[in-house]
Amino acid sequence: MSWFRRSKENIAAETQKKEIPDGLWTKCDACGEIIHKKELQKNFFTCSKCNAHFRVGSEEYLAVLLDEDSFKESDKKMRSGDPLKFVDTKKYRDRTNDAIKKTRLYDALRWGTGTIKDLPVVLAVMDFSFIGGSMGSVVGEKIARAVDKAWKTKTPLIIVSSSGGARMMEGALSLMQMAKTSAKLTRLADVRKPYISILTDPTTGGVTASFAMLGDVIIGEPNALIGFAGPRVIKQTIGKDLPPGFQRSEFLLEHGFLDMVVHRRDMRDTVHSILTHLA
Amino acid sequence: MAKMILDFEKPILELEKKVEEMRRYADNPDIAQEIARIEKRVRQLQQSVYSGLTRWQKVQMARHADRPYTLDYIQLMTTDFVELHGDRAFKDDKAIVGGLARIGDTSVMIMGQQKGRDTKSNVYRNFGMPNPEGYRKAMRLMKLAEKFGRPVITLLDTPGAFPGLEAEERGQAEAIARNLFEMARLRVPIIVVIIGEGASGGALGLGIGDRILMLEYAWYSVISPESCSSILWRSWEYKEQAAEALQLTAPDLKKQGIIDAIVPEPLGGAHRDHQQMAAILKETLLQELKALKKLKPEKLVERRIDKFSRMGVTVG
Ligand SMILES: [Zn+2]
Repeated sequence: MSWFRRSKENIAAETQKKEIPDGLWTKCDACGEIIHKKELQKNFFTCSKCNAHFRVGSEEYLAVLLDEDSFKESDKKMRSGDPLKFVDTKKYRDRTNDAIKKTRLYDALRWGTGTIKDLPVVLAVMDFSFIGGSMGSVVGEKIARAVDKAWKTKTPLIIVSSSGGARMMEGALSLMQMAKTSAKLTRLADVRKPYISILTDPTTGGVTASFAMLGDVIIGEPNALIGFAGPRVIKQTIGKDLPPGFQRSEFLLEHGFLDMVVHRRDMRDTVHSILTHLA
Repeated sequence: MAKMILDFEKPILELEKKVEEMRRYADNPDIAQEIARIEKRVRQLQQSVYSGLTRWQKVQMARHADRPYTLDYIQLMTTDFVELHGDRAFKDDKAIVGGLARIGDTSVMIMGQQKGRDTKSNVYRNFGMPNPEGYRKAMRLMKLAEKFGRPVITLLDTPGAFPGLEAEERGQAEAIARNLFEMARLRVPIIVVIIGEGASGGALGLGIGDRILMLEYAWYSVISPESCSSILWRSWEYKEQAAEALQLTAPDLKKQGIIDAIVPEPLGGAHRDHQQMAAILKETLLQELKALKKLKPEKLVERRIDKFSRMGVTVG
């Protein structure tokens, strides 16, 4: 019944498609093109043949948006306090420790300050590789601090989302992160500083139903899955196949929920342009 | 008569039935004595059963088919209810009801998710699962309350926001997000009561307030125990363990700092006595309203945002 019954792959985080491979050559899942690592990097991890956008981490996205070496990270080592001492088939504590070891991140979001063509911004970027980009206390607290920073210094805010939804292992406290992040954003609105929300593949569940959908301007990457309920759950509910393109960026644009769909290589220019109008 | 009997209610209801039958012969002094003895046993049994409910049993209580729903509370607690319909954009969502009502001497805007009692009314109410227009109707009513300086009361009771194709087309996520944002800064008091099932974003979409109250046997979490079981245990069979792990009962949420107060239910649960339940809740709401009326809008909003900002547990 829940809107947020996710695919098992999201939570396992081990088996992601379109992940950046370690080898020199990689195959595009969408068109089968074999692409050299250098070429992939040069194209911001998109396929030069079919324009498929590979899933990237925060490190890559910071490079997409910010001036070189301008990023100053805050609260880098903040991690979950495991408030429920949650255990399913595995202890949540072990799950986070394994994820930390594997990803060399401390949770599913990093935030800090930086510049885009010399314009100062506060930036927060999610990592889908960390427990499916799920939002628990850390993601919520970091977003709250990023908003506070933007509010107090009257600086534009940019958040890049990729998430399977709220993190089950922190129970209702994860749910409250939706409330917390949305409530904080009202303060930024009060000082009339822009918040640009960038949605990448996938952005679903509690993240979509809170800060991700509250941007003054909302931008989707091409063909990103964006929604509230996951496609599998909807398919179960209605008992038939979903139309092609359902819940993809272009679908949301058509239905009026995105301002634009922008190729990753143009993202920096687009964001800069918006900021020159509003900041 | 109860339409639905939970396993742990059975021995109690059987004894009660026995007492009822014996009353017919109550003029016999021996039987009168026996009745008194059994009634005492019923009370003892009730006390031991309801003080020892597991989290999963409380979830079952929250879903009890005879439990009072939003419109029952509105009818039993308020007068002069004027229901208002529609989101002024798409349609009237029957899974969320709301309108103006008088509680004590105060006019309020009261609303909540509405479940049905039988198959027909459940289909009509979409099992209490709102579509985007439901959340937008709720927000329209809240803005109306703000314009006329009336407090808002929301009653949460939903198995989730509807995960349908059209709900997605019309922006379920945006509708909920917008409510979280606008409720955070609404310039009138908001009291939230979780009366039954508080399932995830579908409940939270009406859940931002100055005071968050929760009925003794309601549940509130990020996901239902069944769905949690299916994802983390990869089977539907672990719902009891999932309920324990999620810590989704009223005492749990009080401990986590998410709710402000627990509203006690009549012995045996709200479904055993709608009148008494509504009376208890009404008394609580009147006290809460009185306290909130003293605060200026700016202070109210500031405190509300700070309240939610404190939620969460991080290290480092
Ligand atoms: Zn390709």
